[in-house]
Amino acid sequence: MSDCYINGIANISAQPTSDPNLFLDEIISHKESIFRSHDPNYKEYIKPAAMRRMSKSVKMGVTAASMALKSSGVEMPDAIITGTGMGCKQDSEKFLEKILYDDEQFLTPTLFIQSTHNTVGGQVALGLGCKAYNLTYVQGAASFETSLIDAQLMLSEESEKNVLVGGIDEVAKNSTLLHKLDGQIKGDDINVIDLFNSGTGGTVHSEGATFMVLSGEKTENSYAKMVDIETISKASEVEIKDIIESFLDRQGVTMDSVDAVVLGNNGDIGYDHYYENLQTSIFSNTEQLCYKHLIGDYPVASSFGFWLGCKIFENNRVPSILKVNEVSAKKYDTILLYNQYLGKNHSIALLQRC
Amino acid sequence: MAELKEELKEKIIEQLSLEDVEVSEIGDDDPLFGDGLGLDSIDALELIVLLEKDYGIKLKDPKEGKAIFESIKVMADYISKHRTK
Repeated sequence: MSDCYINGIANISAQPTSDPNLFLDEIISHKESIFRSHDPNYKEYIKPAAMRRMSKSVKMGVTAASMALKSSGVEMPDAIITGTGMGCKQDSEKFLEKILYDDEQFLTPTLFIQSTHNTVGGQVALGLGCKAYNLTYVQGAASFETSLIDAQLMLSEESEKNVLVGGIDEVAKNSTLLHKLDGQIKGDDINVIDLFNSGTGGTVHSEGATFMVLSGEKTENSYAKMVDIETISKASEVEIKDIIESFLDRQGVTMDSVDAVVLGNNGDIGYDHYYENLQTSIFSNTEQLCYKHLIGDYPVASSFGFWLGCKIFENNRVPSILKVNEVSAKKYDTILLYNQYLGKNHSIALLQRC
Repeated sequence: MAELKEELKEKIIEQLSLEDVEVSEIGDDDPLFGDGLGLDSIDALELIVLLEKDYGIKLKDPKEGKAIFESIKVMADYISKHRTK
């Protein structure tokens, strides 16, 4: 696999992660099973005339994209690739409500325009005046990773390009609540920090955006090298163990040389065994880090893991709130990411310091 | 007529999500598009729907909107003459 460097990154989540100078120094303790992002001042990044039509996901996406480009020093990307599991749910809901309440009459254009899954990619491009390749992937909990694979393929052919890759998902009033009914979200509010001890089914839900600038060329702004990434639609926990070992083997890496693993445990007793099986076997001698007790879960929550990896390399430390076992790495040069949702959309990625 | 103008200003602010604009900031003769309120072509479509939904006025030719939506005063005049509800 050709080289792929993360040369810029930004994140907006339920924690104050949008400030590039902070690394989970202050933690917001959420007490609900559905909670919102901690917002930066969007007016600093989006003109008022443009922002008045934007739902939360568009604001988060456009702002995170702007921040990521700034951190990379790239003004105009050669491609914009976004991933979202559920798209612009807020405006989709409003559009559907209007159809319902106005008896399928008087439909206005704004909500329809803003309700498509590729709205964020389009708005980022409009803001930049970027007419380059622009694609959005909707692949459940592997939407962000699928976008990364597309970027990786593009860079394998044209390494000099700068590809802006993002993942965005938002909470919406009604459609998010539906996931309480089907058991994906816990029925009762909990202290989210204690998510992994909940002992119940379902998880907690939130929203956020991560954008990265990828290139085949290392720069002085490079945060990490993305060695490789793989997605698996469906696998058993036994199969996942073998797949991760094969993945590492292909990179010429053993678990001994992985300094930390970043895992997507989300407190759902129905599916966290996928992680626990690894945590007590091939990951047992490796520092284990989890993050969904801070930011909740949503289809592109795994993009937070990439932000974490980059920040760990940048700061050369791990905030203690992330640690879930007693093993402490002596250095942070190689980080493995693993995520799944409901036993599907597994993703594995390997990051290295560069 | 004054009441209709105020009502229009409130509806425009709400329908077009002009969150930072107050009713008192919109003059009766201020241009709604361009240098005035700064509305754009998508807003024009929203206003066409607003005319039909709230006042029962269906524009046969969307290009008519350019003259009708010149200002709050012109819009209120047109509505008062053509409204069916």
